[in-house]
Amino acid sequence: MNLNDIQRVAEEENEFQRAYKYRINVCCSSGCVPFGAFKVLKAFEDAVKEFGVENICKVARTGCVGTCSVGPAVLVDPGEYLYQSVTPENVREIVQSHIVSGVPVKKYLYVNESYFRKQQRLVLRNAGKIDPTRIQDYISTGGYFALAKCLLIMTPQGVIQEIVSSGLRGRGGAGFPVGQKWSLVARASNTPKYIVANLDEGDPGVFANRTLAEADPHAIIEGMIIAGYAIGAQKGYVYIRSEYPLAIEALQKAIAQAKEINLLGDNILGTQHKFDLELRFGAGAFVAGEETAILMSVEGRRAQPRPRPPYPANQGLWNNPTLIQNVESLANAPFIILNGGTWFKSFGLPNCTGTKCFSLTGEINNPGLIEVPMGITLREIIYDIGGGIPNGKKFKAVLVGGPSGGCLPESVLEAQIDYDSLKSVGAIMGSGGIVVLNEDSCMVDTARYFTDFCIEESCGKCTPCRAGLARVKEIFDKITTGEGELNNIDILEEASEYIINASLCGLGQTAPNPILTTLRYFREEYLEHIVNKKCKAGVCFRHENGGGK
Amino acid sequence: MTTNDIRRTRLEKVLKNHNYQESALLEILHSAQGIYGYLDRNLLMDIAGSLNLPPSHVYGVTTFYSFFKMRKPGQHIITACLGTACYVKGVEQIVVAIEKEFNLKRGGSTADGKLSLLCTRCIGACAMAPVVVLDDQVIGKATKELVIEKIRNVLEGVKDESE
Amino acid sequence: MTEISVVSLKIDGVQVSVPEGTTILKAAKDNGILIPTLCDLEGLTPYGGCRLCLVEVTGSPKLFTACTTQVNPGMEVTTNSVRLKNYRKMAVQLLMSERVHMCAVCVANDHCELQALANQLGVDHVSFERHFTRETIDSSHDFLVIDRNRCILCTRCIRVCDKIEGVHTLDLKQRSKDTEVIMDLDESWGDSCSCTGCRKCAKVCPVGAIYIEGESATQTKHRDVAEFITERRKRK
Repeated sequence: MNLNDIQRVAEEENEFQRAYKYRINVCCSSGCVPFGAFKVLKAFEDAVKEFGVENICKVARTGCVGTCSVGPAVLVDPGEYLYQSVTPENVREIVQSHIVSGVPVKKYLYVNESYFRKQQRLVLRNAGKIDPTRIQDYISTGGYFALAKCLLIMTPQGVIQEIVSSGLRGRGGAGFPVGQKWSLVARASNTPKYIVANLDEGDPGVFANRTLAEADPHAIIEGMIIAGYAIGAQKGYVYIRSEYPLAIEALQKAIAQAKEINLLGDNILGTQHKFDLELRFGAGAFVAGEETAILMSVEGRRAQPRPRPPYPANQGLWNNPTLIQNVESLANAPFIILNGGTWFKSFGLPNCTGTKCFSLTGEINNPGLIEVPMGITLREIIYDIGGGIPNGKKFKAVLVGGPSGGCLPESVLEAQIDYDSLKSVGAIMGSGGIVVLNEDSCMVDTARYFTDFCIEESCGKCTPCRAGLARVKEIFDKITTGEGELNNIDILEEASEYIINASLCGLGQTAPNPILTTLRYFREEYLEHIVNKKCKAGVCFRHENGGGK
Repeated sequence: MTTNDIRRTRLEKVLKNHNYQESALLEILHSAQGIYGYLDRNLLMDIAGSLNLPPSHVYGVTTFYSFFKMRKPGQHIITACLGTACYVKGVEQIVVAIEKEFNLKRGGSTADGKLSLLCTRCIGACAMAPVVVLDDQVIGKATKELVIEKIRNVLEGVKDESE
Repeated sequence: MTEISVVSLKIDGVQVSVPEGTTILKAAKDNGILIPTLCDLEGLTPYGGCRLCLVEVTGSPKLFTACTTQVNPGMEVTTNSVRLKNYRKMAVQLLMSERVHMCAVCVANDHCELQALANQLGVDHVSFERHFTRETIDSSHDFLVIDRNRCILCTRCIRVCDKIEGVHTLDLKQRSKDTEVIMDLDESWGDSCSCTGCRKCAKVCPVGAIYIEGESATQTKHRDVAEFITERRKRK
């Protein structure tokens, strides 16, 4: 396959799709499948046949539409009519009215304009629109054209330059500039070089990467091949959580299809470039998302991080130069290459460009998967997109950045989504989790819950994280069972500072964030627990283990 | 051939597909658990021998990752998601209720080996929190009454209508 | 012969020159500056787990483990700031509180690196609740004994067994606070098929976790055994 072939596939596919007046996209991603999405898909296929409209209406299996709380979700084009909580029973009615008579069925429509208005879908531009199991669908939207542009008219250096100029920063948490990372690996002298795409989304409450892989697996693959060309790597691994069967299936299929038409393998698009891709499965270890631990795991070992330097860019997989990049960062690469770094800079903030995907969950009216421009405020996310807190309850805190993120109060909701602003209020970008808590949550218990998570997920290698967090948790157990003393707070602060600064890897270095932010913003709750032996939310002092609702 | 022989033949195929490479240990453990249901000591010794790895290394890797099980699971498995969203939405209550109702502890099985209760950190269906998984069926926006009823039905072999 | 280039740097304000590729720990030691360590042992692959040897490098907000970080030209290293001293005390306290460390009844009393460090750093109390773990002592082997209640998980025994003896009988099982040293498939030591009984694990153990039945620590502990063998092998 060469450039002409790709153009031909795209044209044919577009022509094929233009032949249909309607397109019914049934979301078949992990959020909707458990609630019968595949049955709904089948029902639509049957119904269009029954009404004899299969020639004007295409029924497609797609990835996530974004409204995960009202699944199965179905999107009908043209017009982007979004049906919610569709059941096989109301499929006939939708087809008859919307497709046959041209009248959308109002009572089933998702009416919540604000949910989408403040979002900006770049990475998820294809999610819910294309069939992830068909490579033609991806190609018809301009897929693999960026790869062709790289291989045919750009030098590896030029590709890196374009990424550098886009200002794209790593979406896996720390926000290291992607272009700079690529050029570090490109400059390393040893070969072979490797790429590891990180899809080990272990943070509880986060499913942004999974959704991306389920909805648009080829975007990740194309990004990896482009990165391979830029840094001189011919082998890549996607490290994916084994708990994500649909994402695994989507990627496996996509890899096979790309191999079949020679977008993976030798002589890609008729050039000298080679690239091969393998999946590697995680096995339930949050720490394996850390960049040196992921290497250990890909090598088939205990996922214990090792000190840096040496950095993976020089000594990674089997001591060879390795690029480790979150899949969301990689999926940004194709459209940066196609449209240019300057174009990308028009999204988000000047020093923090582009968008970020978040899973928005907890006590909120519209939970789901969202993609927002950098610079949007937490308040806009929670109230404009999320629709505020349900059941007339009051907002209490928002957890940003997963188990080692921060618990932020009402007073800092004007904080913008960008790496530095979040850091200044005590949170982190993390891999993109936003969980909203209402007044029924106790902040001391919340900090205890996260500490407990980090203890269970600690690899046990370094003293601060292994022994330090365990001692901190005991102090929480005391406070939440009524045995707390005032000096506990000092010890918590002192130990947290030590764990942050002395731990080996990112897990330990960020694990005390929930403790420090709750102490910073909700100190009175600690005092109430310690002095008055009272928990306003009514969560603590109920179980002997000190917690749980 | 006995069931065991058939399983061993399948495992051998997996080992061969991975060229008996040490670095494929995790993939092989995944497949072995899929074939045998769980990873017992003899199986780990077998894998260590086949890959020419020290037994302690294989044991260390197996026990590091929480996905690998070394004990025979119950006939039916109920998995509760303890992810943040589910925790916030009160999954803990459901877990406690299951423990009480069926007389078992999280991580363990009932005395008759019919039901195991596992806890996992986030299955990623957070918008439907709290979520529990009964065998292959995901139950979203779960309540303790609903979950207990579904478990009862499964244990008694009643076909679930909503399936 | 390839020429080894020399790197100049400052450690605690003292200008020193060492061969390229030297670790900060070794560079300091060769110039008379001792940085406290527990998991590190010459002759074994550096581990970076105990966090005792953390040092500050001017210009970086992060701390670096001296045992794993190689020197760079012009580097300015601080090994003994007030903050580092406090962190070291904290590390010793955490290790002391994690399991059973009762010096008076320990076989390694007076030959224990954790005890020596506590003395040297002036750790006179433990501000955390102390844990008295109740792991069974495994004395099933003819002469080697492991008391996991005293283990600080430095993995010296595992590394010496793998790298120097070459059998890899020992490894770690599980993770986090449940991590333990195991023999083969978590066998009792007497049932371990691969153990050669070389005693090197007992010799390098910094505390009293692995010892030899009926032998005093004075006789057992030879912590330079790994370095000695490594040097000998180089000469061959």
